[in-house]
Amino acid sequence: MASEADFRTRLQDWLPRLVLAPSFAVTLVFVYGFILFTIVLSFTGSKMLPKFTWVGFENYEKLFALPAWNTAIINIAIFASLYIVICTGIGLMLAIFLDQKIRGEGMLRPIYLYPMALSFIVTGTAWKWFLDPGIGLQQVMRNAGWESFTFTWIKDADFALYTIVLAAVWQTSGFVMAMFLAGLRGIDNEILKAAQIDGASNWQLYRRIVIPLLRPAFLSAFVILSHLAIKSYDLVIALTGGGPGRATEMPATFMYSYTFTRNQMGIGASSAVIMLMTIAAIMVPYLYAELKEKKE
Amino acid sequence: MSAVTQDTAVSTGRVTRALIYLVLVLFALFYLLPLYVMGVNSVKPLSEITGGNMMALPSVWTLEPWRQAWSTAQIGVEPTGLRPYFLNSILMVVPAVAISTIIGALNGYVLTKWRFRGDTWVFGLMLFSCFIPFQIVLIPMAVVLGKLGLAGSVPGLVLVHVVYGIGFTTLYFRNYYASFPTELVRAAMIDGAGFFRIFWRILLPVSGPIAVVSVIWQFTNIWNDFLFGVSFGGTSQPMTVALNNLVQSSTGVKEYNVHFAGAILAALPTLIVYIVAGRYFVRGLMAGSVKG
Repeated sequence: MASEADFRTRLQDWLPRLVLAPSFAVTLVFVYGFILFTIVLSFTGSKMLPKFTWVGFENYEKLFALPAWNTAIINIAIFASLYIVICTGIGLMLAIFLDQKIRGEGMLRPIYLYPMALSFIVTGTAWKWFLDPGIGLQQVMRNAGWESFTFTWIKDADFALYTIVLAAVWQTSGFVMAMFLAGLRGIDNEILKAAQIDGASNWQLYRRIVIPLLRPAFLSAFVILSHLAIKSYDLVIALTGGGPGRATEMPATFMYSYTFTRNQMGIGASSAVIMLMTIAAIMVPYLYAELKEKKE
Repeated sequence: MSAVTQDTAVSTGRVTRALIYLVLVLFALFYLLPLYVMGVNSVKPLSEITGGNMMALPSVWTLEPWRQAWSTAQIGVEPTGLRPYFLNSILMVVPAVAISTIIGALNGYVLTKWRFRGDTWVFGLMLFSCFIPFQIVLIPMAVVLGKLGLAGSVPGLVLVHVVYGIGFTTLYFRNYYASFPTELVRAAMIDGAGFFRIFWRILLPVSGPIAVVSVIWQFTNIWNDFLFGVSFGGTSQPMTVALNNLVQSSTGVKEYNVHFAGAILAALPTLIVYIVAGRYFVRGLMAGSVKG
């Protein structure tokens, strides 16, 4: 009797860990084990299938010598900076404006937010045809009587990247707005009233008090947007397919095509490792700080 | 839970206020534009798009593009329409969302109410897995799915989405349960209630708001996923991949109206979820993140 009771309490002690164990094991294997596997592959001469012939840093040397990869790096740098800055700017502006006791706020908010619910493939399809010079905006303007109107960015190697920025901003700026709005609603408005009594102008009020108080929202927006930018694959595929030519190649599209269509798995793996390192450099300090704070 | 009006409104002149409204309305039009374009052009004959005006309302209304997109359009090599792929997506998304949400709830319960040494590390490692670029796992995942005999199948996709979804669901439930009074759990333990009984009787009944968040989040992400679908979908490709194949196909005349109808079909499930439950999503998210 006693030993059975003992067994039961012991089981109760271990049960929580047993429940968590499968998830943890799956994470260790499918996330960390897989990361290790890809890192190992990046040092091998794998072509179409994984094989384990050690080649040292050869893949990385080849990778950074490839014009396509360098285009991808330059593109992601331009895309990510514009995307993050414009989304944050629009999001902050809309949040501040929407916070001015606006009539119809309940109607506007879901309109700003709904693009977030769509797939990037849907977004890409809609913008692809809207920006298409043959049938879209350009044709619409010409039909309306503006015969010389020209808008061919999506077909132009020098400008196609900006159409991806446009579609990506369309998709996520409303979400950033919601993050800032939550931040604004969390600010104690006594502080603002006090400042107004002291004679601060609206501009000063926002620049000196409100915006500094929104620091956590800025940080979360930056982390989420940079992470979305580096992962961006679907939108590029749907909107430009990486073209015209190679003009909108990104690390994500590069990785996919080198690994699965060009049979250069070693190089593909090394590009994935570079992507992971970039995201880790942003995410790890952020998550570490978050977890530490919550422990308090 | 009625929100207190905590706006930070400042007093402004009439002109400024008019300008604010103008900006807000212009942006609303900007966000609605693609939806309008997809909507009106999906009910026009093709000739009106190619020869005419994309922004105009149809002069002849037709549901033919919708019918074609659904059941006869050429996807890849087969003229099946999007219907079978829509079904694939449903078969993939329902089990994947259910399983990952249940696992996330149990994990969150353990991580907050049955804490043990090192639990923050366990959680940290699971949390980081939400943010990896999935490119880093594509190659080994393809190998493993092949070995398991799940490559190119719906169960394979379910597995992939559960594996890479539990980080987020665990995060949501953990943050939510953290604000639930531990004393109640302690009291139940003293009364002799066991691990599952406490979960079932005490925590589950109050989990509604966060379960909504978890389900909406997972549903949207998995339905909208493209990368895993295109890499591991094989003959069971989901809706997003099929839509992309339809739009990018280089053979024959580009049937823009059919593309637009297909795009709306692909967007409809998540849009409906958003319209029906969007407000609960924002509310539940705030309930979970205020305390943590």
